[in-house]
Amino acid sequence: MNIVEKILARASGKSSLAPDDVVFANVDKVMVHDVSGPGVLKVFDKLKKQGISVDKLWDPTKVWVAEDHFVPSAEKMSAENIVKLSNFTKNYGIEKHFKYGMGQYGICHTLSHEEAMVMPGDVYVGGDSHTNTTGALGAFACGLGHTDIAYVLLHGKIWFKVPETDFFKLNGKLPDHVMAKDLILKIIGDIGTDGGNYRTMQFGGTGIEEMSVESRLTLCNMTTEAGAKNGIVEADQKVVDYLTSRGATNARLFKGDDDAEYANMYEYEASEMEPIVAKPFSPENVAVVREAPSVELDKSYIGSCTGAKYEDLEAAAKVLKGRQVKIRTEILPASISIYKRAMENGLLSIFLDSGVTVGPPTCGACCGAHMGVLAKDEICISTTNRNFPGRMGHVESQTYLSSPMVAAASAVTGKITDPRDL
Amino acid sequence: MEPFKPVESIVTPLDKVNVDTDQIVPKQFLKLVQKTGFGKFLFYNWRYDENENEKDDFVLNDSKFDGSQILVAGDNFGCGSSREHAVWALQDYGFAVIIAPSFADIFFSNCFKNGILPISLEQKIVEKLQLDVNSMKIDLENQNIITSSETIPFEIDPHKKRILLEGLDDIAQTLQFEKKISEFEKNSKVPSVL
Repeated sequence: MNIVEKILARASGKSSLAPDDVVFANVDKVMVHDVSGPGVLKVFDKLKKQGISVDKLWDPTKVWVAEDHFVPSAEKMSAENIVKLSNFTKNYGIEKHFKYGMGQYGICHTLSHEEAMVMPGDVYVGGDSHTNTTGALGAFACGLGHTDIAYVLLHGKIWFKVPETDFFKLNGKLPDHVMAKDLILKIIGDIGTDGGNYRTMQFGGTGIEEMSVESRLTLCNMTTEAGAKNGIVEADQKVVDYLTSRGATNARLFKGDDDAEYANMYEYEASEMEPIVAKPFSPENVAVVREAPSVELDKSYIGSCTGAKYEDLEAAAKVLKGRQVKIRTEILPASISIYKRAMENGLLSIFLDSGVTVGPPTCGACCGAHMGVLAKDEICISTTNRNFPGRMGHVESQTYLSSPMVAAASAVTGKITDPRDL
Repeated sequence: MEPFKPVESIVTPLDKVNVDTDQIVPKQFLKLVQKTGFGKFLFYNWRYDENENEKDDFVLNDSKFDGSQILVAGDNFGCGSSREHAVWALQDYGFAVIIAPSFADIFFSNCFKNGILPISLEQKIVEKLQLDVNSMKIDLENQNIITSSETIPFEIDPHKKRILLEGLDDIAQTLQFEKKISEFEKNSKVPSVL
């Protein structure tokens, strides 16, 4: 069995599983945030009317809550949703609620690794499509709709059809200035935004072994944009050390069998990889940066679960050090822990000296919610994950998706720029 | 959930591929937590201009399609976020059936949780249905689409079909087996704590 089959077999008490088998799996962790939380409460209300008890959750210690999409509250409706979320965690006895303005908080998919919320081999579901991110820790991690999350909260289980797994092998170490974001954009360009529909995208090979845990998180994060059920990398010692350094006491290796089977194999040579952007209005609409259209950018945005981890900020700082930005540039570290490390290690000074505005952790403008959305006709280069029409603001704005290095280099020149050409 | 009733309606053709959840219901409406009323935000940026006037060139604003319960769209419908608001908006607007060559996974699953029938058909057939705006019938029981000129069969997972026909949501359905589940749990060797 491959790693996904093994995790689902373990979670459903089966000795073996194959693609298309349907299992009723025990869930190890579940997450809701300030959009899916109120959505789940709506489902609870409906269930209550049907006479189904929603008084108790299956296990409040396995539930955790993030405030990320609409914090800091820009208007009263968002503020009210945060109050609802607080009442929800209080009423149900959920202790792991990362609150804005009270120490560690941030984007849910960032907290999942920064706070070591999920372990290798876990089944982890969240009320957000980018829950796939956390598969980089060697877990089966996927997003669910509000009804499914409500069910998991009440019963601790959920049905899964075992997905087929496609294996993406990276040979060799990525060159300098080429980041995991470039690789995943290349892959999405190759297989399309539905290329992974209801499939697992697993990453491996020497290039992935060389990669940091945070780079692997970027890869798994964007599997959502290929329509994948989940993305996964087998947990190695790096993952165990990463989680242990963040307070985990039970992180351990979890791998597939040596004779694991995969539906399709894709192979990429790291030495051939280049910085890439996805042009409007789809993540599959990719171009090599050096061949990208010469557009006048209005803004560079370095943020989100995809592109504001510590390593992403470090990469941006490398490019911005001693340089000035030519266009409006915002950097929003994805969690307070990352913010603090960036401060301690001098990254914030580099950003502020180069003219960048540093904001608080939030999903903010990535989903066009608030905190720096785009005006009509504005063009943005962004380390985020989607560039659908209107995604980051006005429906007639445009977003180019890129790595943090490309976003930083482009901030310096005002045009889409390969960091090797600065 | 209400049991799925046979649908007889004209078709609303939406000739677009990769219709994502940001287009189905834009983010600014995700904050709303009232139970209904998402229909007025459906395809908001396509339906309305900046002054909230209806755009003439969008199909939903063509009175010819008023009351339509069947939406026929392009490949990979519902891609993007997991927001269930997307399904709520389609349903609240009045759509009961969505036909497309393929659907995004979470959206597809969310449909069944809310009593909407997503049908995936070959590209060729979908294109034909987009041109045939006459009334057609959707017979879920026999898995047929009956147009004025032909009967087109469609596939559906038998379990999902039952969910829709009997109006069982997942929770109600699983609770039918509560006794068996408790029994299984008692005898299960799977550790409940990891």
